[in-house]
This record gives sequence, C-alpha cells and structure tokens, in this order.
Amino acid sequence: MNTSIDLVMVCLVLSNLMLVGSSRIAVCIRFVALQGVLLGLLPLALHHWLLAGASIAIKGTVFPWLLFRAMREANVRREVEPYVGFSTSLMIGVAALGISSWIASRLPPLAPSISPMILPVALFTMITGLFLIVSRRQALTQVIGYLALENGVFAFGLGLVREAPVIVEMGILLDIFVAVFVMGITIFHISREFDQIDTEQLTALKDTPS
Amino acid sequence: MSGFLFSLLWLLTALAAAPLLLGVINRTKAWFAGRTGQPLLQLYYDLWKLLHKGAVYSRTTTWVFRAGPIVGLASVLVAAALTPFGGAPALLAFPCDLILFAYLLGLLRFFTILAALDTGSAFEGMGASREATFSALAEPALLLGLAVVAHKTGSVSLSGMFSGDAVSAWAHAGPAILLVAGALLIVLLAENARIPVDDPNTHLELTMIHEVMVLDHGGPDFALILYTSALKLWVLGALLVNVLLPARTGFLLFDGAVALAAMFGLAVGVGVIESIMARLRLLRVPQLLVSAGALAGLAMFLVLR
Repeated sequence: MNTSIDLVMVCLVLSNLMLVGSSRIAVCIRFVALQGVLLGLLPLALHHWLLAGASIAIKGTVFPWLLFRAMREANVRREVEPYVGFSTSLMIGVAALGISSWIASRLPPLAPSISPMILPVALFTMITGLFLIVSRRQALTQVIGYLALENGVFAFGLGLVREAPVIVEMGILLDIFVAVFVMGITIFHISREFDQIDTEQLTALKDTPS
Repeated sequence: MSGFLFSLLWLLTALAAAPLLLGVINRTKAWFAGRTGQPLLQLYYDLWKLLHKGAVYSRTTTWVFRAGPIVGLASVLVAAALTPFGGAPALLAFPCDLILFAYLLGLLRFFTILAALDTGSAFEGMGASREATFSALAEPALLLGLAVVAHKTGSVSLSGMFSGDAVSAWAHAGPAILLVAGALLIVLLAENARIPVDDPNTHLELTMIHEVMVLDHGGPDFALILYTSALKLWVLGALLVNVLLPARTGFLLFDGAVALAAMFGLAVGVGVIESIMARLRLLRVPQLLVSAGALAGLAMFLVLR
C-alpha cells in the first residue's frame, strides 16, 4: 500500500514537470487530467469512495473534454512564446520541488497522514500551478495552471486532515467545476471576438470610440 | 582471488565485445527498416581495415591533434577498469572513484574537443561547441544519479554500490531506481551521440555533433576513435545495467552472464529507440538533458526525505 502511494506521488511530481516543460496544450490537458485521476485514487486509501469517484469523473473526463473542446474552438495547438522558456521552466520546476520540500520540512509535523511526501508534493503542485498562470500567455494554459493549483489544494487537504470533511471537498470540486465551465465559455467567446486567446493582447483592450 | 579473476574476465570481455554492441544496434535498426543490414561484426572489419592504413596529418595541426585519440582511448580504458560488472567488483576500486569515472569521461570529451579545435575547421569547431554544451548539461544528471545510488547504498565507490550485499539497501527504493535509470538512459544516449540527440548516420556537417569533430582523423587514429566510442557505450551501458539489475544470486559467473545478456538487450533497446524516434531539433536537446537532470533530482528528493 505504501509503495503504491509513493508511486502516485512520484507520478504527480513527474506530471507537474511535464506540465511545466511541455509546449503542446493537448499534452498539458492530458497530464492535468492524469493528475486529477491520480489524486482521485488517494481518497481510496482513506475509503472515501464518493469523493474518489466524483473527483475522477470530473477531473479525469469532464475537464479534459471541456478543455479539448475549448482548444478546438479557439484553434490553438501550442504555447508559442511563453514569458519563461521551457528549459528554464523545467529548471525552475526542479528548484520549486526543492523549495517546497524545504518548506514542508519547516512546517510543524502533521498528524499521521497518508504519506510523508504528501505535503511537499502538494506544495510543489500548487507552486507549479501558480507558475503556469504567471508565465504563460495563452488563456487555456492559464486555466490548466489553475487546475494544477486546485489539484495541489486538494492534495493538501487530503494530507492535512485524516477525517477529510467530504462535504467541504465536494463543495470545492463543485466550485472548480463551475469555474472551469465558465472559463471554457469565456475562452470560446474571447477567441470568437478577437481570433486569439493570447492574454498579452487583452491588456491593451480599450473601449472603441463610437 | 576469484573476485579478481572475474574482474579481469569481465574487463577483457568488455574490451572484446564492445564493438559488437554497435553491430547489434545497427542490426536492430536494419530489422525495423526491413533491410538486411551490415554484418554484426562490421565494426571489427572497419577497425582492422583502418589499422592497416597510414595516417595523414594536416600541417596546421599540432601534437594536440595526434594526442586526442590516444588520450581518449586511455581514459575510457581506465573508466572501463573502474566499472563493476555482473556483481563482481571492478579491477580498480577505491572510495569516491565515481568522481574519477565521471571526469575520465570528461577528459575523453575534452581531448576530442581540443583535437577538433586544433584542425581550425569551422565545422569541427561547431561540433565541438555543441558537444561541450550538451555534455555540460548531461554531467549533472550523471553525477546526481550516481549520488542517489551512493546515498542509498552508503558507499561512494562504484564497486561498493553495485556489489552483492549493497543491493538489499536499495531494493525498496523502486521509484527512485527507475528515475535514476531513466536519467542514465538519457545520459547514455546523449554521451554516445545516439538518436534523440545526435544521428550517428547523418552525413550533413551542419547537423552532426560527434561525427563532425572527428572528420579530420584518418587511419589508425580513426580506428582508435571508433573503438573508444564503442567502449564508452559499453561502460555507460554497464552502469545502467548495474542500476537496473540489482538481483544477484551470488554466483559470479551466472550473474555476469545475465548482465551480459542485459547489455545486448540494452543494445536492442537503443536500436528500437533509434528506429521509432525522430531526432530532436537542436534547440530541444537541452530540454531533454535538463529533464534527465530533473529525473535524477527527483530521485534525490525521494531518497533524501
């Protein structure tokens, strides 16, 4: 049991590194979905069947479907010119892994959680999500960063409380669902209005004088 | 005493069978492409032919150019003597020899680069600069990966890390070992100029990395270079096999035979990778090498926590 949880943790870290280092949006969507499924497996260890099932269903199937649809409609395939290059992003990712494990070691020891690695991995996932949001141009990649951030929060919640308040987690899941739904629609509208979803262009928006 | 005999036996095997490894890779690629391919022993014929030729030296070159292949072969020979194989300790073993191992490969590279720069050819300078860049990125991955194994086994000698009783120390660290093996595989492909990084069969100087540096070497010098690169492939492959095959029965002959089979399995694997992958764009190669470093760093994180 313990080694399989460790394996899940390693896969989470690797998927974070893939998210940071990959330029194809389709790859990023698949990996954030994989992350959601992996995280959905963790509550199984605590026997929260409902939470696990809902999490896997929403993050593993509904989100990728929504995001792929947004990607098709906005007609973007890859992140062309991020603010931070991909090799640099990977190095920053490794540094973030080190920083998050340092922070986790400074925090007061938790009540026995499902894995000693859950805290650094959760912090690392959150930092990855934040980094994606600030360092990428495409709105779609920023949504992916938001999802990774939420995955980190979810993992943090799992690590923090053994008796996870299922109702709270379900509420968060619902919030995220609505958020991604709205973002998908927004991306669709932005791309229809402006022919692109590069957020750099959005900073220069003005009311057109009529 | 028998340990010493086995070390000698495996070193001699490495010296004799290293060119065969490239033959296996080439046959695998030929099989994938539906060709018959060159004979398995082609590299031996090439070496024999080249050794009977004379060497031509440009007047602009100095002693550095002539020393390059010899120093390269010498350093890779010492590296081979440092590499344990199949559970038997290496011929040379002392604490911290993994640093020497990494820097012997560095010395080989340094002299290849110097010899390439010594010719004054623009293409060779270009290849040299690429080789220097990529190996600078591959080295942290190699050292970090070895450091993970050293930390897990509590031994800082290559022979100590991969000998019989140290294996149980890292039998539990499955994920970390797999990550280290992944990092070492990328390092092996990069260091030996195999496909995702460099195409050994390319004939366009603009895209070549390793091959372009040795364009001006001919005859016996080129034979030494070919043999050196075959031996380098063997040495790094042996390291990877040591990491991946921790199961030891204690019978040195049997373990050695298993490791030998694994070496040729690895050669087939490299052939498969070369057949199913395209070469990466030059700009993407650093990313691959950094991700090898990231894998090793993650393994470090796993064993340190």
